[in-house]
Amino acid sequence: MSDDLTVIGQILESDRAAVLQDWLGEIRATAGLGASTKTLNADTESLLKGLDKGIKSGQDGTHLDGTAWEALKDALEELSSSGAAQGISAAQTSAVVMALKRPLFERVQARLANDPVRMASGIWTVSTLVDRLSQFTLATYQKTREAVIARQQQELLELSTPVVKLWEGVLAVPMIGTLDSNRTQLVMESLLQRIVDTGSELAIIDITGVPTVDTLVAQHLLKTVTAIRLMGADCIISGIRPQIAQTIVHLGIDLQGITTKASLADALALALKRGGYIVTRAKA
Amino acid sequence: MTEGQQRIPILRMGKCLLVTIQVDLQDQTALALQDDLSAKIDQVGASGVIIDISALEIVDSFIGRMLAGISGIASVLGATTVVVGMQPAVAITLVELGLSLQGVKTALNVERGMQILAGTIDEVDTSGD
Repeated sequence: MSDDLTVIGQILESDRAAVLQDWLGEIRATAGLGASTKTLNADTESLLKGLDKGIKSGQDGTHLDGTAWEALKDALEELSSSGAAQGISAAQTSAVVMALKRPLFERVQARLANDPVRMASGIWTVSTLVDRLSQFTLATYQKTREAVIARQQQELLELSTPVVKLWEGVLAVPMIGTLDSNRTQLVMESLLQRIVDTGSELAIIDITGVPTVDTLVAQHLLKTVTAIRLMGADCIISGIRPQIAQTIVHLGIDLQGITTKASLADALALALKRGGYIVTRAKA
Repeated sequence: MTEGQQRIPILRMGKCLLVTIQVDLQDQTALALQDDLSAKIDQVGASGVIIDISALEIVDSFIGRMLAGISGIASVLGATTVVVGMQPAVAITLVELGLSLQGVKTALNVERGMQILAGTIDEVDTSGD
């Protein structure tokens, strides 16, 4: 094993520039990348450097877990995360690494032409090594993507629950999207906090943007309403579409004791009326 | 009752009693408050009780039940209870514990609580005339 790695080390030592050149050529031919060649040059350069360092250290490269392989891993992470950020596909990113096979194969072949047994094992070593690099790249690529997804989910969660002030002492939350426990918790927390901060006596929860209401969603709504009442404020649920009203009745959900209105406008009108306001038209 | 037991002060404001809970309630303290408050309502003939829990940050089911209990006792003795200033976290906890404190009046702060009490006391007065 280490003997075969030494061969690769020698190859990198003697004609690194040529390997790099062939590799870049191979990448252009197979990966079909439109990415800027400048970053690609830098990336491949640092990859080879890292590989060289790892091999020279003589540490076992089976799992790439020695300290000497850190530089190589860093380079691979850099390659895959920049690929993920630029929108390059996972296949293309791993193809960049896989393209290293041919230049190395050719050189191992040339170097060990008169020793078929060693040549075969040398090629095997190169193959497994590059495969491992590729696997690592893919894993990192996926991790980067998952981080992006998690961040977007969080942003979506925060974006979709704004608490707006409609009038002095009247707050409104336009709910958009399906209500699950997490969302309800977040809405409840931000709404209750705003009630305390502003001293508002009335909160309107508008569920126009909630696609479906089932028993679970209703339960979450009831919880929110109860919490608001416990704080000493009042709550109106608005934006109940005809279909949803039918569903609520058919499911036997009890909304007794909760003020409900068909639209946000109706809810605001009621809120103003309760506050003692009269809306009149200045001109007929 | 043990010696040195912490007691919650009960302030009298005319026909109303004001209880401000400034510490995290121990079960014993809560029970003592229940005793003291019912005695005080009887003694001064109070028609309203305000319990300010704005400084209360931790509740459990016992305290939740006790709040409902005090309100029930007060209403039997002819006084209206308003719980004021509940913190969001406390409200969420009570809801998650399944305690909705049905029948307990709530208000955002002491001022609003006084307004509610003034409203109910007026009603009582006019109905009595």
